[in-house]
Amino acid sequence: MSLLNLVVAVCLAYVAVLFLVAFAADRLAARGRATWLKSPLVYTLSLSIYCTGWTFYGAVGYAARSGLEFVTIYLGPTLVMVGWWWGLRKLVRIGRSQRITSIADLISSRYGKSNLLAIGVTILCVISITPYISLQLQSITLSFSALADFDPESQYSEGGVVFWMTAGLAVFAILFGTRNLDANERHHGVVTAIALEAVIKLLALLAVGVFVVWSLSGGVEETLARIDASPIGTWQVDGGRWASITFLAAAAFVCLPRMFQVMVVENDDERHLRTAAWAFPLYLLLISLFVLPIAAVGLDLMPAGTNPDQFVLTLPLSQDRPMLALLSFLGGFSSATSMVIVAAMALSTMVSNHIVMPVWLLFKGSGASVSGDVRHVVLMARRVSIGGIMALGYAYYQLSGGGAALASIGLIAFAGIAQILPALVGGLFWRGATRLGTLAGLSVGFALWLWTSFLPGLGGGLIPEEVMLHGPLGLAWLRPEALFGITGLPPIVHSTLWSLSLNAAAFCIVSLFTFPTPMERLQGAQFVNVFDHSAGPSGWTGSVAKSEDLMIMSQRILGAREARSLFAQAAAEQGLPGQLPEPTPGFVERLERVLSGSVGAAAAHAMVGQIVGGSAVSVEDLLAVADETAQMLEHSSQLEAKSAELSRTARQLREANEKLTQISLQKDAFLSQVSHELRTPMTSVRAFSEILRDTEGLGAEEQKRYATIIHDEALRLTRLLDDLLDLSVLESGAVSLNMREGSLADVLDRAVAVAGAGFDAPLSVNRDRAVEAIALHTDLDRLAQVFINLIANAQKYCDAEAPALDILARVRADRLEVDFIDNGSGVPADVQAIVFEKFFRVSAEKAGGAGLGLAICREIMQRLGGDISYLADHGGGAFRVSLPLAQRMAAE
Amino acid sequence: MSRRPQPVFLERQGYRRRRLADAARLLPILGAALLAVPLLWPRADAPGGGVPMSTAFLYVFGVWAGLIALAAGFGLRARRRVGRGEDSPHGPGPA
Repeated sequence: MSLLNLVVAVCLAYVAVLFLVAFAADRLAARGRATWLKSPLVYTLSLSIYCTGWTFYGAVGYAARSGLEFVTIYLGPTLVMVGWWWGLRKLVRIGRSQRITSIADLISSRYGKSNLLAIGVTILCVISITPYISLQLQSITLSFSALADFDPESQYSEGGVVFWMTAGLAVFAILFGTRNLDANERHHGVVTAIALEAVIKLLALLAVGVFVVWSLSGGVEETLARIDASPIGTWQVDGGRWASITFLAAAAFVCLPRMFQVMVVENDDERHLRTAAWAFPLYLLLISLFVLPIAAVGLDLMPAGTNPDQFVLTLPLSQDRPMLALLSFLGGFSSATSMVIVAAMALSTMVSNHIVMPVWLLFKGSGASVSGDVRHVVLMARRVSIGGIMALGYAYYQLSGGGAALASIGLIAFAGIAQILPALVGGLFWRGATRLGTLAGLSVGFALWLWTSFLPGLGGGLIPEEVMLHGPLGLAWLRPEALFGITGLPPIVHSTLWSLSLNAAAFCIVSLFTFPTPMERLQGAQFVNVFDHSAGPSGWTGSVAKSEDLMIMSQRILGAREARSLFAQAAAEQGLPGQLPEPTPGFVERLERVLSGSVGAAAAHAMVGQIVGGSAVSVEDLLAVADETAQMLEHSSQLEAKSAELSRTARQLREANEKLTQISLQKDAFLSQVSHELRTPMTSVRAFSEILRDTEGLGAEEQKRYATIIHDEALRLTRLLDDLLDLSVLESGAVSLNMREGSLADVLDRAVAVAGAGFDAPLSVNRDRAVEAIALHTDLDRLAQVFINLIANAQKYCDAEAPALDILARVRADRLEVDFIDNGSGVPADVQAIVFEKFFRVSAEKAGGAGLGLAICREIMQRLGGDISYLADHGGGAFRVSLPLAQRMAAE
Repeated sequence: MSRRPQPVFLERQGYRRRRLADAARLLPILGAALLAVPLLWPRADAPGGGVPMSTAFLYVFGVWAGLIALAAGFGLRARRRVGRGEDSPHGPGPA
């Protein structure tokens, strides 16, 4: 078996092991049993994706070219980690309490959830990281070709390796980065695989180092002597580069999307930082410990012109140690793959969350609140994004030709990513930092970085030679490598100096002069004062404690019995004895759904998150809770209004029903009355007409008497029928009014005269004629009819010993009001409501008419545009007739 | 923002703990200063020759290892104190 075939086989086996490890870790995490997966050790090891293929191969090359300068790449992160108390602690706390998913999400959240900023940061990251990904592809390819050079019988094709490598890494990232959608964007499987890779690459580099120092050089003393004797034997470092690369590495360590992903997003417990604060620098120290010896010995032993980037691999090969070379290859392979996978995952999270999803939602319209639906789309967007990013990396590799141009891209990427630093630091420590300031700073920094570092660094003549030498349009002060006429600086120092300082200046100045929106101010306070708002790391160690807490909370909301049965059922489904299930994501999700039925989705999420995620409630959560509460309040007030309306309607219906019942009773009573009324006269008419017909020899006197009776009875019948007819005409509205001019006094005179006629004891009528001199324009006859009826009623029903009727007229606001108040006992309260109904009679024994009088009165008054009402509070029977005077005014 | 009122004087242990936190905070500054020292060394082309790479190597890695040791020491001390329930809930601030 040739070496290359062996390498391919080992690679495949290694990837298979990674798959298994990641898969098992995911399974364990899903069951909540992966406590060791959440240990500080795994966290520290996962941070090692900072050390990429660039580190593994490139550091030695870097050292062979520039001596000790390579350590700056690791000294920066060391200082950041050692000083974790200053910034990382806050960053991780914010990341957890605000449920931050990426660096773009952090910047956007801090500045009022601005999606524009998120898109900007995402684009910046994609542009800086894509070349970095192709750098990893290059390192794997180079290592393959280095092995192939030592393998005489290989048919090695570089293009094929790159392509299949890219595809394989994309598939791995898709499989483990987008299998499930966790609100916290945590991926235990991937993190565990990365930790394993971290161990492999450290062991590989240490093994090569030990081989070089003790086997090739013969000990520490000899190695040091060899270093001093090598071309890099003297301390020779440019101060500017030393400082600025240290600074860039420190900045990039915090801002790189993949570092942010493992350091903040995947962080399970912020206390892990305390361990990582020394353990990760230790890792960095160990991994760079042998870099200088390897470089020195490589320079000594390898033929001139050998690529120093491959010393780690070619040195063991040249010494005929294929197994060591294989281990070394595996280490480089690990470094490159872990970086590519996590970077692709982190970038895809950003691209899908901040670019794809907003666009998709925009196209979908507003109806996208269905959660299941969106989850599917998000996962799809992630997968496509990973594919796209890997394709970009591949395309970039092909475009750049994989040459030396790529070697410098690592630092250029660092400089690009570092442009986020002012916004990040300002966001964490300065409440006055605003969205517009950040936008300005990022834009200035990004543009300057593109101009001074990225475009020139890409090579390939993206910027013409003419422009490099004399500036665009001959403006010398805009030359990419000598902005504002400052020459002589190393390009990376020059670019860092200008882009970061102007970035920070623009950020500060614009922030000072703009005013933040309320959301920005809220978020600003939340971020800057995060230690005041959020709880420290909680003391829960086991998952049972969480289950218990969930149980207690659920009991309060759902009720003890329901909560217990829900938990017991879940425990049974998980195959656990007892009442408490493991708080698996599935169970927690279900619980949240059940709770949201009682308290609303946002409140349920916040409550469960408090217990399970250990994350504090974010402003957005609070706003959502407030929205829900407001909605509930509105619902309940709507319900209240509805129920008030219903009870009002019910009361009205009850009243109507009562009225209808009474009316129906009256009608029955009246029908019998009417038939009685009709029958009595008809009976006498029939009887007397039969007498007249059948009795012989009646005297003229008797005949006349009987005929008179018949006539009277016929008159009574006619009157009754007239009344009924009158009423039906009035009700049907077919009455024609005879409008005339007249005075109230005249009408009352007539009415009193007519009503009083025929009574042996007429009641005394009290009037004030002076007031009654009111001119009217109305149907005087009909009005008189109403008055007659009222006076006659008083005459008939007033039960006082000396019946008296007061007629009071007055004008009130264009209405004429005439009150008829007698001194009797009035209408009983229980029938006051129906006194104006047809067929109403106070009592049968006093019945004179058919009970139509008042009904007719009301109809008449309504036709005349007025009204008649019973006044309940006047002691005696009291009626008020009111009539608009506007008619009269209009007539005049 | 209402911060909890803090006592003006602390017990001896609390005082020690805060000074420990101060030291932990000063560590990166110390580190940066020590790592900037090599920039003052004579360059290779200076009269009398430069500093040999092995010396530089030992110095840089020595400082590095020292930083790690100090950070680990602070971390372990702080953890022990947390174990005794003395952790300060407050972040970096005037203490």
